[in-house]
Amino acid sequence: MTSDFIDSLRKGNRLALSRILSQVEDGTNNGKAALEELFLQTGAAQKIGVTGPPGSGKSTLVNALARELRKRQPDQKVAIIAVDPSSPFTGGALLGDRVRMLNLQDDKQIFIRSMASRGALGGLAEQTEALSQVFDAAGYGFILIETVGAGQSEVDVVNLAHTTIVVDTPGMGDDIQSIKAGILEIADILVVNKADRPGADQSASHLRNMVEMGYSKAITRHHLEDTLNSPGEVSQPQNWVPPVLKTVASQFEGIEHLTDAVLSHADYLRQSGQWHAKDRAAIRANIRRQLIVELLNDFRQNVPAEVVDSLVEQAQNRLISPNEAVRELLAYNRINTLKSSE
Amino acid sequence: MTEKKIRVLIAKPGLDGHDRGAKVVARALRDDGMEVIYTGLRQTPEMIAEAALQEDVDAIGLSILSGAHNALVPKVLADVRANGQTDVVVFVGGIIPEVDIQPLLDQGVFKIYGPGTDTRQVCKDIREAVSAKALA
Repeated sequence: MTSDFIDSLRKGNRLALSRILSQVEDGTNNGKAALEELFLQTGAAQKIGVTGPPGSGKSTLVNALARELRKRQPDQKVAIIAVDPSSPFTGGALLGDRVRMLNLQDDKQIFIRSMASRGALGGLAEQTEALSQVFDAAGYGFILIETVGAGQSEVDVVNLAHTTIVVDTPGMGDDIQSIKAGILEIADILVVNKADRPGADQSASHLRNMVEMGYSKAITRHHLEDTLNSPGEVSQPQNWVPPVLKTVASQFEGIEHLTDAVLSHADYLRQSGQWHAKDRAAIRANIRRQLIVELLNDFRQNVPAEVVDSLVEQAQNRLISPNEAVRELLAYNRINTLKSSE
Repeated sequence: MTEKKIRVLIAKPGLDGHDRGAKVVARALRDDGMEVIYTGLRQTPEMIAEAALQEDVDAIGLSILSGAHNALVPKVLADVRANGQTDVVVFVGGIIPEVDIQPLLDQGVFKIYGPGTDTRQVCKDIREAVSAKALA
């Protein structure tokens, strides 16, 4: 990994970019080493998450938004990471988001990468954040991240994105209520797509009502958190009210307003200090995630499987409790860590 | 999570609108554990090469029923190589007359599959071809 390589990424060597994306996605040693270097060059891009139920028009909306962002800021490159689910049975995947993005392919400043979720839950793949860092380092100013079709709990994208767009459609009936409750909390911008269908106004006003209710709660909660934070990390009180926008993405209707909202959300984040706070939170979450994996690896090296098995058996025979088994395992781990560091 | 997944682009160049064959193959490769990027109908060779570049695929499957294979396939091969992807496996499915098969193979097409092909054979071939390239 040399600075020459990073240079060539920034200058637009798309073959090199595409190959390093694969290496990072596959978690090869090369990919890991590259990512360590590349991370130091990240932090400039606005990451925009797009989530919502299957069939709500996420891909089409991303397609339209990418076009409009390029029109507004021609000197900024746009990356799209589109995640689709992997089969839990075969590990295979059919990645079909590009079908809705065909008219972006004549613009060489837009780079679309499809990703299979590879068993991760939460709406993203395990390496989605890593890929977004590669794009960021390669000088892409906007990174659009489209999640798998999401229901209630696929909210990982919030930890990663600066701006989260939740896409909904009219006329999804009563089922949608539960989804609304789940996704409202994570939306910075709410979109009622396919708004040329009946019931769009009703859906939009319903969402607006729910935003207003949730908004007063959000303020109280954020104030509470502020008093608990250490002085260095106190964030500004939240005063962004998620707008509810109607779009017909396939006809490019409402996309100007959506783009306005995306850009002014970035301004808001920067001015309020939230950009900094989100960046810190994302990095903290990233470190914690890796730490848990590494600690487990360490543990597995320090404590032979037979030791674990024998404690499981003792617990099954009701000689000790699972709690006690954990205490013993931790003690065993500690002793062996000391031994190996001597 | 470090297992190398085979990534395949399935595309339909040209103007015919029959994508059932392409979808059947895409589905079969998926069920074989591969990651299949499906781009849909009416792709130009440039669009296919661009998608192959961005997705860093190991193989490209072209479905052609229009009779324009002698114009489209060489153009895709040339565009993909011009992008620097010299080791991508390109295979073709559809209605290809006997007399056109050998010339296409000579230009670098890996295999040509006609109607009635067993999709398990396709999966097996692709797997073997991609892992042979990886070792080379």
